[in-house]
Amino acid sequence: MTAPVVELRGLSRRFGAVEAARAVTLDLRPGEIHALIGPNGAGKSTLIGLTAGSLRPDAGSVLLGGEDVTRLDAVGRARKGLGRTFQVSSLAMELTVLENALLGAVGRSGQVMRLFRSALCDRDLALLARAALERVGLVEEADRRTADLSHGQRRLLEVAVALTLEPRAFLMDEPMAGLGAEGSRRLTGFLDRLREEAPILLVEHDMDAVFAIADRISVLCYGEIIATGTAEDIRRDPRVRIAYLGDDAA
Amino acid sequence: MIRERHLNALVLGALLALPLWGFWAEAPFMITLATRAAILALAAVGLNLALGLGGLVSLGHAAFFGVGGYAAGILALHAQSFTPMMTWPITIQGTTSMPLIWLVAVVASALAALGIGALSLRTSGVYFIMITLAFGQMLYYFAVALPAYGGEDGVSIYVRNAFPGLNTLRPLPFFAICYVLLGLALLLSWRISVSPFGLALSAARQSEARVRTVGIEPYRLRLVAFVISGAITGLAGALFADLNRFVSPAMLSWHLSGEFIVLVVLGGVGRLLGPVVGAGLFVFLEHWLGGVSDHWMIFLGAALLLVVLFARGGLIGGLTAGSRS
Ligand SMILES: Nc1ncnc2c1ncn2[C@@H]1O[C@H](COP(=O)(O)OP(=O)(O)OP(=O)(O)O)[C@@H](O)[C@H]1O
Ligand SMILES: [Mg+2]
Repeated sequence: MTAPVVELRGLSRRFGAVEAARAVTLDLRPGEIHALIGPNGAGKSTLIGLTAGSLRPDAGSVLLGGEDVTRLDAVGRARKGLGRTFQVSSLAMELTVLENALLGAVGRSGQVMRLFRSALCDRDLALLARAALERVGLVEEADRRTADLSHGQRRLLEVAVALTLEPRAFLMDEPMAGLGAEGSRRLTGFLDRLREEAPILLVEHDMDAVFAIADRISVLCYGEIIATGTAEDIRRDPRVRIAYLGDDAA
Repeated sequence: MIRERHLNALVLGALLALPLWGFWAEAPFMITLATRAAILALAAVGLNLALGLGGLVSLGHAAFFGVGGYAAGILALHAQSFTPMMTWPITIQGTTSMPLIWLVAVVASALAALGIGALSLRTSGVYFIMITLAFGQMLYYFAVALPAYGGEDGVSIYVRNAFPGLNTLRPLPFFAICYVLLGLALLLSWRISVSPFGLALSAARQSEARVRTVGIEPYRLRLVAFVISGAITGLAGALFADLNRFVSPAMLSWHLSGEFIVLVVLGGVGRLLGPVVGAGLFVFLEHWLGGVSDHWMIFLGAALLLVVLFARGGLIGGLTAGSRS
């Protein structure tokens, strides 16, 4: 078996009385889409935050390519190759679509301290940014203000920015939300191919999409993983049916 | 509606035409007014980098203005009285050379901004405003407690400092110096705003999480911006000292910090020429309304209120109605 790209070991995190993550252990292997599903408030976004480094765990560790990155913050982990998208859009709304993508390219290039050259005129940066927009189908919107995009388009732009980072692993928090059936289908197709470049930890509510493309699925419930397996395993798992999919078939 | 680029050219043209007309019409006070506007604009260009691009509401920028001013005043004082500034471990003499004074003013205010920024930028929002205010007040009282340099009374510069090849005692050459420096600062500020650095700084203002997620630390960006910002405002302070041939703790007062913010907001936060428009209007109101009533600030307040309520993006934003290029 190939070594996992991302490994979460016993991650726990509380918010007051809420245990949003309880000793979560899971891994993300090369070339796979590992979906994370669970009811609202199960702790999916919390887990993405703990992995990306924007949240600190109370216990447990995060490994990236075998290296312990638990002590690094979000900036450090992004530099080490974690590309993340947010459930609630985090884009710079006053910038254009292209500028948001350029920001990713700037971060990737490590040349943010260049004060006297134009970002828009830099060929390498622009190429990287435009290529990412092209891939998610936003290149026509390049010069629009991000605030003027639809919710679905903002999700796509989040994905595009993550692409400019050329990360070792993607962490995506509900990228399909607000896309509509057609957009959702197209993004599913895209992620299906993207996993060859870097594995994806995918939080998604759209069950058809999840069962169609995930290699493995983990089910989260009250901060705990109650099952991990292939789509087939998950469909059959009685605990999952009761906790999440509805127990009418059990 | 007018395009922002054309408006910018118009504003810079007007600021140049006014003193030329004053020269021709033998009305030297016009030149002095324009010089004052250019210097205040320069100070506000510095602030606009932190405030407009970085979203850092500094209520302590007069500190940098004052540091620049005192650099000019102290160097000139020692040169004029032929006393060295210090004798141990090395002897340092004063100077009346503007370029040298500017260099010292820029370095000193940049260092002040580095120190103040390094601590203040760990906070944000209203705490940042309060901490910059507190540091500004510390420097203010430090200047008041400096008997060697006049304490509350400040320092006089008996003869305006010199620039090679120009007679700075005459108003027009001194205006030209200030105008060119303002132009250079605007150029710098424009280059920064379109650079990768400026893009990231602006993004960090809008969404800190976004910037961190692409592997960029907002703190470093803001600190660099704050230092450049403070240095530009410090340079303006040195010019201001030479304009008035006088520096006093008033240059470090928090009222002045507030006025700098007013200038930027009046003209348009984050707009390249916002500070110039704001400073121009400020000096105009101060002069013409100040002659009519001692309470001219009321009119300034009213103007500010109108701009904040009805013109997002200040006067520039209002006049260009959102068309950005
Ligand atoms: N910053 C926070 N402060 C307090 N409580 C929080 C915080 N973030 C999350 N929680 C709580 O932790 C639990 C898990 O939240 P989380 O957002 O991770 O759920 P989720 O599975 O992503 O839900 P959704 O499907 O609605 O996105 C919830 O009970 C939530 O209220
Ligand atoms: Mg969530």
